[in-house]
Amino acid sequence: MSTAVRDPAALPRLGWTLVALVLLWPLLRLTDFHPAALFEAGNLTAMGNFLAGFLPPETAPDFLSLLGKATVETLAMATAGIALSILLAVPLGLVLTRSLSIARLGPGRRGWIGQLLRGVARALLAVLRGVPELVWALLFVRVFGLGAAAGVLALGITYGGMLGKVYGEILESTDARPARALLEAGSGRLAALCYGLLPNAASELVSYTVYRWECAVRASVVMGFVGAGGLGQLMDQSMKMLNGGEAASILVTFLALVVAADGLSELLRRRLA
Amino acid sequence: MGFSLEGVGLTHANGFRALRGVDLRVAPGERVALIGASGAGKTTLLRVLAASLRPGEGRVTLLDGEPWACAPAALRRLRARIGLVHQSPPIPPRQRVVSAVLAGRLGQWPLWKSLASLVLPVDPDGARAALARLDLAERLYERCDRLSGGQLQRVALARVLYQQPDLLLADEPVSAMDPALSELTIALLNEEATRRGVTLVASLHAVDLALRHFPRVVGVKDGAILFDLPAAQVGDALLRELYAAEGGLPLAGGLHAPEPAESTGELPPMRCA
Repeated sequence: MSTAVRDPAALPRLGWTLVALVLLWPLLRLTDFHPAALFEAGNLTAMGNFLAGFLPPETAPDFLSLLGKATVETLAMATAGIALSILLAVPLGLVLTRSLSIARLGPGRRGWIGQLLRGVARALLAVLRGVPELVWALLFVRVFGLGAAAGVLALGITYGGMLGKVYGEILESTDARPARALLEAGSGRLAALCYGLLPNAASELVSYTVYRWECAVRASVVMGFVGAGGLGQLMDQSMKMLNGGEAASILVTFLALVVAADGLSELLRRRLA
Repeated sequence: MGFSLEGVGLTHANGFRALRGVDLRVAPGERVALIGASGAGKTTLLRVLAASLRPGEGRVTLLDGEPWACAPAALRRLRARIGLVHQSPPIPPRQRVVSAVLAGRLGQWPLWKSLASLVLPVDPDGARAALARLDLAERLYERCDRLSGGQLQRVALARVLYQQPDLLLADEPVSAMDPALSELTIALLNEEATRRGVTLVASLHAVDLALRHFPRVVGVKDGAILFDLPAAQVGDALLRELYAAEGGLPLAGGLHAPEPAESTGELPPMRCA
């Protein structure tokens, strides 16, 4: 053993790594995770045959016009859903953000009101996102009937829960000193948010929102199963009719939308950098 | 309109006792320098005066109001009348200089005006005038991450000049500036306080700056006030006691730095802050 002082953090790090590995092993056993099965000869042929059914992608003009219409519907649904979820997420996310709390300066009086509000908002967000969008959609279909309205509402509520939580966490992890200095000079919470936190957090908030929009486009597949229209419904029909070519065209469309969302996110981030 | 502290003591959350039994009474329009070694409690004292830290013991009266007895709205109005220049400027790097300066009046502006100013600055001339006094007018529309440390410190000063507070506080406002600029900046702060008849309290690392520019000098040591005297009566013996732990007198040097007298022969040579 050397006489030099040892890093006091080294042993705990080794310990926690071992704990993580020991916990991971039974989880893998529990899920029957055998990656080697992917490469067995019989399985490879089965997968190959399944994938071969997708080729060539369907390009008949009738189907393409149907696909175009469904794509526009999906985009409209995802965008409306995200707009709704932002309306939910922004106020709840702001309530969660401790660095915008005026009562914490000092600390002053009535800090418990803010703590209570934050607890309520956190619980509300957990309920909103804890129930999967499919369940919300099944609930709303009973109100609005089959169609996009139920899907938009279901997306808005689930994604509102996710966005609100992440908005709150992004704002919390942003350097709090500028906002705190403004609050200390008598500024209100919203002004402190816009002058103190947003300049540093804006690009991350925007990139997460665009990513969620991309997820909403994909989630519309699930929405299709409750008859919410769009690409999901089209996919549902093609799969049921075992029409691999149509399914392939729809997948290519999804891929194009994801790439487009990625480009949009990159562009916005560069504008805000 | 000045302030008074009676028996103020403060223990930080980590158990560090930052202030003990501080009595300080400053009349309206007085200009006071705080000096003392690093960690002596100067910053904590200034934050108590800015109504941003609530002392555990004693009584604080600021601008004829008791911040910790006020209702939240009254406390906000009181805070809007106090301007603190922070040691490291709390300005988001991506913010433009014009917004960083105009943020000084967020406590006085209604919310719509604060938000509108982010779209189109509502008072660029006011911001330019404040910056011009610090010789930075040409950087009005630049981003703060393009500025040097000393320039950023001057932007933070311009913000407080633009705020026009009734109690002007500064925590080592020239720590990132060269001696000549430090001299000019401290002179400017004093001129501003004299012109508007407001109270000025500045903590300074450089003793010679404090003695040259401020009529009253308060020495802080180990969280208590060691002396509170007119600048002319602050002698070498007191200073040596104040900085006993640091092993030498911190000086800025600069334009009119006095030559070290024979009596200070034991002290190390001047060093630039």
